Amino acid sequence: MSTNSKAVVRKGLSDNDKGRLQLTLLRILVYAILIFLSVLCLFSFYLMIVNASRSNAQLQAGFRLLPQEHFLDNLRNAWTDASINIPRGMLNSLIVAASSAVLTTYFSALTAYGVHVYEFKGKKLVFTFIMAIMMIPSQVSAVGFVQMMNKLHLNNSYIPLIIPAIAAPIVFFYMKQYMESVLPLEIVEAARVDGSNEFRTFNTIILPIMKPAIAVQAIFSFVSSWNNYFIPALLIDKAELKTVPIMIAQLRSADYSKFDLGKVYMFILLAILPVLLVYIILSKSIIKGVTSGSVKG
Amino acid sequence: MAKQIRSELGGRRHRSVSYAKWGYIFITPFFLVYLVFTLVPQLLTVYNSFFENYMDGLKQIGPTFVGFKNYITLFTPDKTGTIDILKYAGNTFILWILGAIPQFLIALLLAVFFTSYRLNIRGQGFFKTVIYMPNLIMASAFSMLFYTLFSNIGPVNQVLQSMGILDQPLDFFASKITVRSLVALMNFLMWFGNTTIVLMAGIMGIDQSLFESATIDGANAWKVFFRITMPLLMPIFVYCFITAMIGGIQMFDVPQVLTNGKGMPDRTSFTMVMYLNNFLQTSKDYGRSGAVSVIIFVITAVLGGIVYKTLAAQYQDPDAKKAERKARRLAKKGGNA
Repeated sequence: MSTNSKAVVRKGLSDNDKGRLQLTLLRILVYAILIFLSVLCLFSFYLMIVNASRSNAQLQAGFRLLPQEHFLDNLRNAWTDASINIPRGMLNSLIVAASSAVLTTYFSALTAYGVHVYEFKGKKLVFTFIMAIMMIPSQVSAVGFVQMMNKLHLNNSYIPLIIPAIAAPIVFFYMKQYMESVLPLEIVEAARVDGSNEFRTFNTIILPIMKPAIAVQAIFSFVSSWNNYFIPALLIDKAELKTVPIMIAQLRSADYSKFDLGKVYMFILLAILPVLLVYIILSKSIIKGVTSGSVKG
Repeated sequence: MAKQIRSELGGRRHRSVSYAKWGYIFITPFFLVYLVFTLVPQLLTVYNSFFENYMDGLKQIGPTFVGFKNYITLFTPDKTGTIDILKYAGNTFILWILGAIPQFLIALLLAVFFTSYRLNIRGQGFFKTVIYMPNLIMASAFSMLFYTLFSNIGPVNQVLQSMGILDQPLDFFASKITVRSLVALMNFLMWFGNTTIVLMAGIMGIDQSLFESATIDGANAWKVFFRITMPLLMPIFVYCFITAMIGGIQMFDVPQVLTNGKGMPDRTSFTMVMYLNNFLQTSKDYGRSGAVSVIIFVITAVLGGIVYKTLAAQYQDPDAKKAERKARRLAKKGGNA
């Protein structure tokens, strides 16, 4: 009896050891996969930074894994380039992206508040309608949009790049979800008792409560507007109005062999730098925003 | 609660104010902008597709009503017998699926790794930050970067040559396979992190006791994945898959910049939206680009419907339901013991 139970214990232990060994091996494999994928994600950007620090001659001469000393030269050359005015482009993109972010968050919150707080005829229909249009690809409206803007002489203007941000179904949906979880209607009641009018209540009481949601959506909207290439390229052809993605595409269509390659890498770096910086600082809340925005649907 | 309702009613009666008008006021800007900048352009796109309306050099042709002529032209074979729009639809699908298969496989794998208690992966914050990063990078700049890295004088060719693998530079942009692979690789890199994070949240939303009881019951990792994780993750997986597909149909920035709008070689990486864009950029051809848009919309709607139906049907699969019920029963038993 006693020997028997001892044997069982011994067997159990060895099973346990085997399991532990398996788990360790599995863990090593998983970490190896994760590290491989991380390197895959980062390597091209690392090379971009390294190559942005090398002169054209150095780049032509061969591959190197470590930066060289021409970073500031390339920066100066790219910044003062005659054909591609990147500082102007970055300023233009900043204006468009920042305005879109402000408009899209403010008006989406306003719309969501309208649907969330008030009882009115057709409220359900409004909500269903916004949900339904969420899935329609934006390219479907592009042709009519471009034609209409050309007719209204709004090409080479930022109005068609900024104003449509007011009607953003996805941001609306996110704001509505957020209000459902954090916004008690008592606050609105209390403000009414205090004699605040509805519009002031929204601006001074509701918006501050919505700050976290607004911040997340402002980032996403800023990034997607900063990166947007399709519509701006169809509407903007005046050099001084071009945004960064248009300039980058222009870089590709120029005669590549005549280019200073160090400068080319620097252009690419400058194009993605603002978003990269924002991401490095705010990655935690951005990643949280990815899930809360999409999964609850 | 009752008190609150009473006070609310009391307040209303006392002031006899209806706030309904504020609801309408607050939603007006959204609908006004939607009407002008989205709905009207959408209808205009469809309307345009029935007109001949383009620039021939500096001469404006049309607009003249031509019925379905634009659609017929799009589906008429050219001299070599190829129907351009079908070829580009095929290209778009191939470019998308080549990236989407690894995207969903890896994302599923990583989501399972990250959520596994047994594996207890450290540094998740770091890994998630890194793999999500390419999603936020400007697609056109990312493509330009890949172009410079893989060009004839780029570092990839330099390394391959210095290692003696190649005698002369390999022109990555001259062969169908390499261009398509590059586009797929970029799409994969840009999207697998996003998919991982969304699927992870989906798995974490599943009742954890189901996993525990299944493991106690002796189910191995494969069984747990196919009998519990996958069926219960299905709604979110379907959602992800459909959004990815709709995104894929709209693929433009990456192949456009990578191939300088040419879809080389021989237009084998030319997508539907590049086709649409080409009509607009070269001849302001609102008619045929409108027809292409309508076709894109129809494809989106049909594919979305089919995928939803088939995958959702699988989710409704009695097998999966049974698994859930059984797992729940087991969980209860485990809890009592």
